[in-house]
This record gives sequence, structure tokens and C-alpha cells, in this order.
Amino acid sequence: MNKWLAFVLFVVAVGSVVFHFVSPWWFTPLASNWGHIDTTIVITFWITGVAFVAVILFMAYCVLKFRHKADRRAAYEPENKKLEIWLTVVTTVGVIGMLAPGLIVWNQYVHVPDGADEIEVMGQQWTWSYRLPGADGVLGKTDVRNITSDNPFGIAMNDPNGVDDVLIEGDDLHLPIDRPVKVLLRSIDVLHDFYVPHFRAKMDLVPGLVSYFWMTPTRTGSFEILCAELCGTGHHIMRGTVVVDAADDYDAWLQEQETFADYLAAAEAAKTSTARLALDNEEAEPKAAQ
Amino acid sequence: MTVFKTLTEKSWQTPGSRDKPLTGVAALPAATIALRFFFATVTVLFMLLIIAYGARMAYEDWIPGPEPKLLWLNTAFLIGSSLAMQWAWSATRRGDVDSVRQGLLAGGALAYAFLAGQVLAWRQIGSMEAFAITNPAIAFFYLITALHALHLLGGLVAWGRVMWIGRGQMDLSAIRRGIELCTAYWHFLLIVWLVLFGLLFSGNGNLEFILVLCGLR
Amino acid sequence: MADASPTADDYVPPAEVEDVELYHPKSWITKWVFSQDAKIIAIQYSSTALAIGLVALVLSWLMRLQLGFPEAFDFIDAEQYYQIITLHGMIMVIYLLTALFLGGFGNYLIPLMVGARDMVFPYVNMLSFWIYLLAVVVLVVSFFVPGGPTGAGWTLYPPQAILSGTPGSGSGIILMLASLILFIIGFTMGGLNYVVTVLQARTRGMTLMRMPLTIWGIFVATILALLAFPALFVGAVMMMFDRILGTSFFMPAILEFGEQLQYGGGSPILFQHLFWFFGHPEVYIVALPAFGIVSDLLSIHARKNIFGYRMMVWAIVIIGGLSFVVWAHHMYVSGMNPYFGFFFATTTLIIAVPTAIKVYNWVLTLWQGNIQLTLPMLFAIAFIVTFVNGGITGLFLGNVIVDVPLSDTMFVVAHFHMVMGVAPILVIFGAIYHWYPLITGRMLNSAMGHFHFWITFIGSYAIYFPMHYLGFMGVPRRYFELGETEIYSQSAADLNAFITIAALVVGFAQLVFLFNMIWSVWYGRKSEPNPWRATSLEWQTPVMPPEHGNFGDELPVVYRWAYDFSVPGAADDFIPQNVPPSAVAVSDDPETAPA
Repeated sequence: MNKWLAFVLFVVAVGSVVFHFVSPWWFTPLASNWGHIDTTIVITFWITGVAFVAVILFMAYCVLKFRHKADRRAAYEPENKKLEIWLTVVTTVGVIGMLAPGLIVWNQYVHVPDGADEIEVMGQQWTWSYRLPGADGVLGKTDVRNITSDNPFGIAMNDPNGVDDVLIEGDDLHLPIDRPVKVLLRSIDVLHDFYVPHFRAKMDLVPGLVSYFWMTPTRTGSFEILCAELCGTGHHIMRGTVVVDAADDYDAWLQEQETFADYLAAAEAAKTSTARLALDNEEAEPKAAQ
Repeated sequence: MTVFKTLTEKSWQTPGSRDKPLTGVAALPAATIALRFFFATVTVLFMLLIIAYGARMAYEDWIPGPEPKLLWLNTAFLIGSSLAMQWAWSATRRGDVDSVRQGLLAGGALAYAFLAGQVLAWRQIGSMEAFAITNPAIAFFYLITALHALHLLGGLVAWGRVMWIGRGQMDLSAIRRGIELCTAYWHFLLIVWLVLFGLLFSGNGNLEFILVLCGLR
Repeated sequence: MADASPTADDYVPPAEVEDVELYHPKSWITKWVFSQDAKIIAIQYSSTALAIGLVALVLSWLMRLQLGFPEAFDFIDAEQYYQIITLHGMIMVIYLLTALFLGGFGNYLIPLMVGARDMVFPYVNMLSFWIYLLAVVVLVVSFFVPGGPTGAGWTLYPPQAILSGTPGSGSGIILMLASLILFIIGFTMGGLNYVVTVLQARTRGMTLMRMPLTIWGIFVATILALLAFPALFVGAVMMMFDRILGTSFFMPAILEFGEQLQYGGGSPILFQHLFWFFGHPEVYIVALPAFGIVSDLLSIHARKNIFGYRMMVWAIVIIGGLSFVVWAHHMYVSGMNPYFGFFFATTTLIIAVPTAIKVYNWVLTLWQGNIQLTLPMLFAIAFIVTFVNGGITGLFLGNVIVDVPLSDTMFVVAHFHMVMGVAPILVIFGAIYHWYPLITGRMLNSAMGHFHFWITFIGSYAIYFPMHYLGFMGVPRRYFELGETEIYSQSAADLNAFITIAALVVGFAQLVFLFNMIWSVWYGRKSEPNPWRATSLEWQTPVMPPEHGNFGDELPVVYRWAYDFSVPGAADDFIPQNVPPSAVAVSDDPETAPA
């Protein structure tokens, strides 16, 4: 039994390491500037991996070596201060080795570089919409209370910055390559989370406030957006796509998008045509009555 | 320091009964210790509510809640109730049965007066023009006062038990512990109420001052 | 240096705390149903917890079937799936683990191990159980109301928990919150009992530092619970107000499928703060009793004192204290102020130090021990494996930047199942195999036990270890199905199917264990008193299983700590706590003589 258990412990320790190295399941290929995140994970893997293997193998050795014999006595050693202090120090060093790089990278994560483009991601059950600042480079103010079918983003009518905002509903988000982008996140119903595995970055969308993260796309291609915060029955179908374009392709795409002004014009036109229709009907009615 | 000494004992070195007298909290009657732990639990409860209130106040769209004048009268009732209980407890130690009975009755009656006053305050606010249940200040007022009132009601159950056991001749030895614990509980709830009233319900200025001190507003 | 010589002080001063006046059951009903005996209450708590836990186990099978073989099972739709995961999580964490460790083991072991006749407030103790039972009943009722139970995830985050896009947002969520409120009230009653009993009802000579670590773990966990549950209570009451009265504590101005709602001005993040101010200590409410119990199992079955007893006690206290300043590490990507990340990552990783020390001391207890691979010992060793594994993945998630890509993925699911699912449950199994003879007077069947152990240990490792790698790939948690996506390969789908099969096998092994527990009550091998040759007081009762009042006519007097195993110079390899120094048999064997 002791041998068998020691063997199993050995297999668990070594097998876990082997699994780690041969497993085909690993991060998606990186497509943003957050290579540092991967580095901190690798550092953490090394430090914790060594500790894990050491503890389990030590235990396997003990199980094998100190198995019960009726004529033997266990050692009597209530404590060993020197050993305990030594172990504490080693552990502390290991923890600092993981924490310090982590905090440095986190510091980069929370500080958006100057000149980053601002875009907005808006979540609702269970779709993604996007808003780009338009020609003036500034996003218009919004409020959930302004939302109507003509103004799905709730842009404030009295904010001139909002008129030229580019609105993207039910379509892919495009981003230019190699330009840092500050992603502003907002939700109009429940919590969501904007998560693109290839970018590593993610952040919740919280109704009532605007959260953010930043990143720089470093690879062209199209990447899947997954919602990563449970948001109701349709959580798993809340998907979207980010397309990272070369600068020219991006500009060409941007030209084709509708602005809030276009939305307002369309709404106006619809109103006029509805009004005309109503007028027509009114004219038609007396005839019908006759 | 005794805690430190206790926790550094090398207990494997000293076989023997080494029966030291109980010290510190462990020397108190069990019910007193339990009540103190309960105070800690309730303190956390109301502390979290105050923090939540303050966090919400730091938002820009905060509308201060109404401050019914009636609350001052209720506060006076509660202070009176606590004093009466204290009087009953002092009389218990003197063995003055008549004073004990009067003190307990006055304490209970004033506590009920406080609760009635709170209900009246709810109705006053509910019938105000500015009443809106979505206004967080008003919602917090109802929530916090209701929780405080429930705790007091729980105390009144214990008070009722003391009155029941002490009915008729009033055997002080049978209800001594009960009076002591009720008194402590009354004082505790009074302190909780004074903090709540002072910070939240007598003008948000006081809590706002703290928020400013902490740089939150 | 241990002293086994008969010259030491045997003097016993008179008791200071008066002997408890025991209540005397008058009828069958008050003896077995409305009992005030902590041991009966413990069994009531444990059976209720295991019964509702069985429901959660079945729920986990359904969930795994859906994940492993999406689209194969028509009877699980997305709504049901989210209800299943919500209730699985909630039941396992609150109604099973918390109730079993504190209500079950706490009630049974505290009075026995500190040398008391019963809890100090037996009547309140009884109420505690019945309110817990009521909480469970309310929870079960929510399965059958229109709209079903809530499917908001066990974290119950608003706004979605109370909006119509989530299953069970009608009566389901209301009953869930009501059940939690009841649970907290019931628990507070029990918790006050456990704390005061430890502080005040210890028998003569039982100083705090002579208590077994089991008691230390349960004691500190109970204090944590008393201070942490109010946060959940406040959160639950506030959400109830939002749901029923239309207040806006957690509800900002929002839309519900295009419809403007009346809410406005609330903060969803406030709920998360309240929830996790409770939720993180909750992890340790489950972990600390497990730490304590496993320390005792290792020591007893390795015939060696626990290594670094004082350090173990301090670590429990320090971990308990620190657990109140780490809660927001569950919220790194919640949209809260990102500067909090620096503070909470630091505090979180500091906890790793005392926790690591505990692990070192456990394995150092095995070093130069005389290890008996009994079933409790097997489970204790398996606990160390899974706990170390789950603990180090906690270092990934606690380090704020590493958490960013991993949070809300299957990595998180794998991490917390390993560290607060599998690990504490392995301890529970070990503890049941260990104390079953004390409770029933019979041993559990060993063959069934070994079958149960090997399947459970290897099986759960096979379930959760590979699951981390799904998280690395970016597979989010709480997905009904992943569908067509480029982040997911066929091999990953196969892995998911494998995990499901492993989960079903492990689940089956638990049925064998349940059968063993019931079968052995009547057919188990009769146990001699103190079958493990343990030192702590619960094994030193005049009759086994202990009767009402625990210790017969006279309470034991304690002369030593709980870990006098293999003391040099003593004839036996263990000295019970209540053996006075003068009564210790001295060995004439030169091998064991004092140096």
C-alpha cells in the first residue's frame, strides 16, 4: 500500500508537469501588446510548479520511507524554529518574485498611454454595439434615460460632440493595428464582460458607470468577443467579432459607417413619411366614408 | 499581553494540570460572552450599512433624505428607556424590588414608545410629496430603521421573558442575569441608534464631513 | 523537553466553572427529534447537509452532461442549465460545507474535545438546527415554484438576479434570499454557542494551547462566520427590498429588453463588495476547520506530534484575520477602481505565506513519522495534494494582472473546486472514517472505503487538473454551450467529454460511500474503544459512543497537549490528554528511553 501510494503521488507530481508540457491546450496566440501578462504567468508557473513538485515528492518519499512498523517509534520534535524561519523566508521570496512583476504590469494596465484612441463598447442582453468618436475625436455624452428606438445609444441631444459619433450595431468592430486604444465600457441592463482571448485583456461592463481598459492590437485578423460575466439566459450566445485592420483598410471601413447624424436624419425621414402616410390616410378616409 | 502570553505557551513542555484561574473574557458568565459576540456581529451589520450609505452619498446625484423632527423625540424616548433599564439594574444590585419593577416597566414602555414613534416617522415620510422609494436616502432610512427596530423588538422579547418570570413576588435572583443582559443590550442599541441618528438621520452633514475628511467627496 | 517522569505536578485545583446542569429529555421526541444534546444535533445537521448535498451532486451530473455532450440532451435547456449551476454552487458552499463543518463537526467535536458535557446553550443550539432545516426547506420549495429557482449564478449579482432575462427572477430569487437570511439567523445562534463553549466550557487543565487543532480551526472559522455573515445578510435584505419594494440600492437606471425601468441611482458593485466581504471569509470558514481536522488526522495516524503546533495556531489566526482584507481580489475586473488592485493583490499574496507554512508543517509531520496508511490518513494525504494544487492556482488568480486573462474562465472553476471543493471534502471523508467508530461504535467497511478513496482522489484530480487548461484557452465559465468558435478545438471538446465521464464515475463512488455509511451502522465491524490510539478527549469517554453528558460522573482533567505521540521514555506511543504525569507508564526499552 505504501509503495502504491508513493507511486501514485510520484505520478501525480511528474504527470502534472508532463501534462503541462505536452498538452495541446494553451493560450490562444497573442494579438495585443499584453505579452507581459503571459510572462508573469510563466514566472508564476515556474515558482509554483517547483513548490508543487517538491512538496508532493517529499510526501511520496515520507510515505515510502517512514511506513508503520510496530517496533519503531516516530521522532519526537514539537518544533524547529530554524527550519520554520528558513521556510518562511524562502516562501516570502517566492511570493515577492511573483507579486512584484505582477504589480509592475498591472501598473501599465491601469495607465492608459497619452494619445490612445477612445472607443466605446456598449453591452445589452445579448448583443454588443460600438461607438467611435467620429471626426472630432470626442465621444458625445450618453444617458440610459435618453435611449429610444431612434437613439439606441442614448446620446445626449444637446451635446454637439455626439452628432458625428460613428455607431455600429449588429456588425463587427474594426480597429486599426498598432494604435493604442482605450476601450470604454458601458452596459444598459446587466453586468457583461468584454473578453477577447487573443488580447488577454478583459473588463466588466457595469450599468450606471463607465469602466475601461486599454491595449494595442498587434496582429491583423478577426477575433472573437465572448461575454465573460453571467448576464442571463443568453449569456453564451452573446458574441461579437473584432477585426484588426491595416491602417488603409480601417479608413476604408470607417468611411462606410453611419454616424449619429445619419441616424437622426433617417429618423426624421421616417417621421415625415409616417406623417405623410397619416395625411394620405386622412385624405383617403372621407372618400371611403362616402 | 495576556493573549500574547497565552498563544506563545509551549504546551508540550509542561505536563501537569496547571489549572490557572480563568482570566479575561473567559471569566465572564457564558451569556455575557455570547452577548458580546452578538454585539460584534450586529456592529458589523450596521457598520456595513453606514459604509454603504456613505459610498452611495459620494455619488453626485445624491438627494438628501427628509429629516423628520419626530426622530428627536424618539431619540429622547430611547435614551429614557436606556436610563430606566440602568436604574432597574442598579436597583437589582441593591435588592430594591419596587425600583426594579418600576425601572423595567418604564424601560419597556419607553422602548415601545420609541418603536411607535419610528412607525409614525415612516408614515410621515411615506406621505410626503418628495417621497420616492427609488431615492436611496429614503430607502436606506426605511431599511436601517427597520433593522434597528427589529433588534429592539428582539430585546423586548427578552424583556417580556424577564417580566414573566418576575411576575408576582419578583424573585430577583431568578431574573438578575436577565436584567443585566437586557440593560447591556439596551445600552448597545442606544449607542447604535445614536451613531445612526447622528451620522445619517439628523442631517447628512455629519457623514459628509467624514467623507470629506477621507477625501471621498 | 517532554517530561514523562512521575515527579511532575498532579495537583488538581477545584473546578472554577460550575458543572452544567444538563437538560433531561422526557420523551422519545425530545431525545431524538427536538434534542438539545449537541451530539444528536450534530447528526441532524450532518444528515440534512448530506441530503441536500446529494441534490447538489445530482445537479453537478446534469451540468457535466450538458458541458461534456452539448446538444445531446434535450431535457436540459439554457434556463435550466443556469438554474442547475446556481443551486449546485449555493448548496455546496453554504448548505453543505458550512453546515457540515460547523453545525456537524463543530457540534459533535467541540464539547467532546474540550471536555465539556454539552454546548453552553443547548436550547439555542437546537433552535439553530431547526432554523437551518427551515432554510433548506425554503430552498427546496424554490425548485417547485413557477419560474423555478434562481439562475443568477451562486454570486446572485444584481441587476441580472432580479431582472426577467434571468431564470427564476420571480419567486425563485425571493425564496433564495429568504433562505439565506434564515440560514444566517440560524447559524448565528449556533455560532455564538461554539465560540462561548470553546472560551468558557473547557475542562480543567485545557488551556487554549492544549486544544487540538480541530477545535482551533472550528473556533476561528466560527468567529469569521459571525463577523462575515452580516455582510451577506445586509446584501440579501437590500436585494430583497430592490426586488419587492422597488428601492434602488443596487439598481442604476437601466433597461429591461428595451423597456425603461423605474430604478435609478444604485450601484451593482456595492453588492459585489458586500457579497465578497462575506464570500472570501466564507472560503476560510470552510478551509480552517479542514486545516484543523487534517492536522489531527496526520498527527494521529503518523503517530507523531503535529510539527510546529504553535505556528499552526498562529497561522490559523493570521489567515483568519487577513481573510477580511482580501475580498476584492474576486473583483479585479469588476469595473471597481483599478487602484484597489495593488492593495488587494498584495494582501492576497501575503496570505500565501502562513498557508504555505501550514503545508510545510503537515508534510514535516510525516517526516520521521511512523505512518499508518489508514483510510483517514489516505484522505489526509490526498487533501494535501489537492490543496497544494488548488492553493498555487490561487496565486495565479490573486496576482491581479495574472487574473485578468483567467478570471471568469474555466481556470477559476478548476481552482476553487480543487481548493475549496475537493480538498475540504476529502477532509470531511477522512474525518468521517476517523470519527465514525466514535459516533456509531462500528468501523466503516474498509474495502468499500478503499474503493471510495482511490476513485475519489484520482478521479477528482483527473476532473479538475485538466480543466485549468480549458481556462488557459479562454473557455469562459457559466456557458451553456460554447458552440462554433475558433478558440475551442475538437481535442478540447474531447477533454470536456472526458471530464464529464470522470465526474460521473466519481459521483458513483460517493453513492458507495453513502451506502457504506448506512450499511456499517448495523453490519460494520465492532470497534474497540479508542481504535486509533488517539490522545484527545473525545476518545477517552467512559463508554463509546459517548452518552448524553459525554464524560459520565466526573469531567476529565487535562494534563498535557493533544499531541503526546511517541514521547521518549513512555511505554506506549501515545499518552492521552487526561493521563497525569505520575500515571504514565515508563518504558524500559533503551530505544525509546529519553536521550
